[in-house]
Amino acid sequence: MNKDLNYTVQSQIPPVGFKAKLLDKLFLGMNMSEYARSLVTPFNLIAAAIIAASIPIFFMRYTQGLAAVVHGTNEYPWSLLLSWGIFAGEPLFAAGFIVATAYYLLGMKPYRVLVRLAVLGGMLGYIFAASYLIIDLGRPWRIYYPMLINFGPSSVLFVVAWHVGLYCTVQLLEFSPSILEWIGSKRIHRWATSVTVALIIGGVILSTVHQSALGSMYLLTPGKLHPLWYSSHLPLLFFSSAVYAAMAFAILLGFVAVRYFREQCDEEFLTNIPSLILGLGKAAALSMYVYFALKLLAIAQDNRWEFLMTPFGYWYLVELLGFVAAPMLLFTIGVKLEKLNLITFASIYAIAGIVLNRVNVNLIAYNWYLPDHFKHITPPWTEIIMIMAMVTLHILVMRWILNRFPVMRELPEYKGTH
Amino acid sequence: MSEKGIGNIDDGTDKRSPANASGTSSGITRRNFLSLSALAACAGLGISTKAHARPEFKGWPDSYGMLVDFNLCVGCRSCEKACNEENKLPAPKKPFDDDKVFEELRQPSEEAYTIVNRYNNTKNPSAPLYRKIQCNHCLEPACATACPIRAYTKTPEGAVIYNEDLCFGCRYCVVACPFNIPGYSYQSALEPKIMKCTFCYPRINKKQLPACAEACPSGALTFGKRADLIKLARKRIMDNKEKYIDYIYGENEVGGTSWLYLSGVPFEQLGFAANLPKKPLIELTEGYLSMVPVIFTTFPAIFAALYAATRYREKQAKKEIDDKQPKEDSHE
Repeated sequence: MNKDLNYTVQSQIPPVGFKAKLLDKLFLGMNMSEYARSLVTPFNLIAAAIIAASIPIFFMRYTQGLAAVVHGTNEYPWSLLLSWGIFAGEPLFAAGFIVATAYYLLGMKPYRVLVRLAVLGGMLGYIFAASYLIIDLGRPWRIYYPMLINFGPSSVLFVVAWHVGLYCTVQLLEFSPSILEWIGSKRIHRWATSVTVALIIGGVILSTVHQSALGSMYLLTPGKLHPLWYSSHLPLLFFSSAVYAAMAFAILLGFVAVRYFREQCDEEFLTNIPSLILGLGKAAALSMYVYFALKLLAIAQDNRWEFLMTPFGYWYLVELLGFVAAPMLLFTIGVKLEKLNLITFASIYAIAGIVLNRVNVNLIAYNWYLPDHFKHITPPWTEIIMIMAMVTLHILVMRWILNRFPVMRELPEYKGTH
Repeated sequence: MSEKGIGNIDDGTDKRSPANASGTSSGITRRNFLSLSALAACAGLGISTKAHARPEFKGWPDSYGMLVDFNLCVGCRSCEKACNEENKLPAPKKPFDDDKVFEELRQPSEEAYTIVNRYNNTKNPSAPLYRKIQCNHCLEPACATACPIRAYTKTPEGAVIYNEDLCFGCRYCVVACPFNIPGYSYQSALEPKIMKCTFCYPRINKKQLPACAEACPSGALTFGKRADLIKLARKRIMDNKEKYIDYIYGENEVGGTSWLYLSGVPFEQLGFAANLPKKPLIELTEGYLSMVPVIFTTFPAIFAALYAATRYREKQAKKEIDDKQPKEDSHE
């Protein structure tokens, strides 16, 4: 993926002066024309095409309203854009808090090399989730209203808004040592690392609350969400699935880093990742068993078994057996046989399962009894282009950062400070 | 103005209702037990009455409601027309006297705060049934519970009103509404907003009837104190057991709604949601919301303890290594 960034042309003479230093860092040691030429790759061309195609659509959204680009109706107020961008994305972006907890609070030392990558993945994910929200909100310039203008503490969304906002800040602070090292500020760096543990505990709280709050939002819809998906355990189901989703995402991040960003990884990172993937795979398998049991518990508690033998019941079984039980078993086998590729595959599979679950709750099982249900929840092509553009942009920004910031490596002058 | 009163309870229903014409409804006591409410209506609004603290809250005392009697509705859509004019909504695609609109089942939207749908009458196929749909003005509205900016207010008069100036357009209220009522102006790029029935709150404040109730020629709509309307509804059921099913929709659904409904056929046949809980929807989230402060109080201690345990083990391990080393090594 980063074959476009050719390191052999790195200039030998260290740059002098602030501007030269900055340009050196931004262009990865190349001069501007070298850098521009290095960007012309098939991947980048496809990415550019997708983003170019989305520009008129985004323009339409802000000139002609949401109706012109997404499927929003009074019966289905939230479309795939929001379902994908926020509900399906956020469980994955709990990766930062899961790995940071393992290292800082539980003392699992080897996870240190993965902390920064996971925190970066989480932080960037949250920033993108907020971007999806800005696209979808009717009046995005009022996004701070729940924080400053008027409080609706009876609303679960109020809880979500506050926690996502605070958690973004916490993650930025958690990641700040990386940025400070890139800039080269040692004094602020020392201060930033000294408050880490407090930040991590804060992150655990904020993450726990808001992952469960996303599920709690649907507690208000007993008449609208299909009885198989509606449960008083929704907060717990959303939280526990976010735990394994986060582990699966951390595995994926580690895999992508080693596979596509090998030049950016130091020896310690490369030697530790296989055992970390194994450890995360084990933890993911365990969390999935817990989640699977909770799902059954939710059905049993409300005695919803009879619904399983209906069309929506079959669909529920596809989700539960095909996208929870199956990756769960693959994780188990992968860990037993120590097959890293199988664990990585199981991670992608489990992530697909999370996406399916959230889309089910948001769209497929929501207002399922209305006439023309499936016609209504099918997104228009403009919405698909917008989602593709956001995903592309997400990958490009992640790549830009990974190629510059010390994420999978430790700068020698900062060794032992985190 | 005070003589005319705010309720159409006594002057609206009797003279025009088909039920009365056929002699099945006894109107004798209706005036008696509801006349007080019409008088009290004007005076009552100014008095602030402390509501009980939740969870005992059963709605504002003395709030208004509307009783819709589907046995009396003739499907003339006068209410739709009056609503459209009162709220200055765009002209409908098909005129209000065009019966073709009944070919599909509609929902209220940002263009029509109330609509009337037609349903087959299984009892008497030659006389189709009509149902008016609009915001039910829940006693504890899910839209207000859902709103993170508290843009919704349940007024003591009974209306659930919405303040456009606070709304950022998340549409969680639309997700939460158990009746799929709030409409949202998706076409607007810069000023999208929720649009729904206001129970003609400005008119109620001016001691006028809601526009739909004033326009209704058949007596299907009765405006009055909700408590009185429930008594009236019971009486109608008691007096005409063969005409009404023994159920007041809205009395208890999602904790009760200001709009109440009487029907001659089971409510499911008119498209009413039958799967709604009887308790206010806010009670479904309050357990979770009360856990949030608990997490904030207990998690720091729990995780600090975990951290301390980790550090302790590390120190112990280091000490053991140090102890095993010769003395001169441990001192630097």
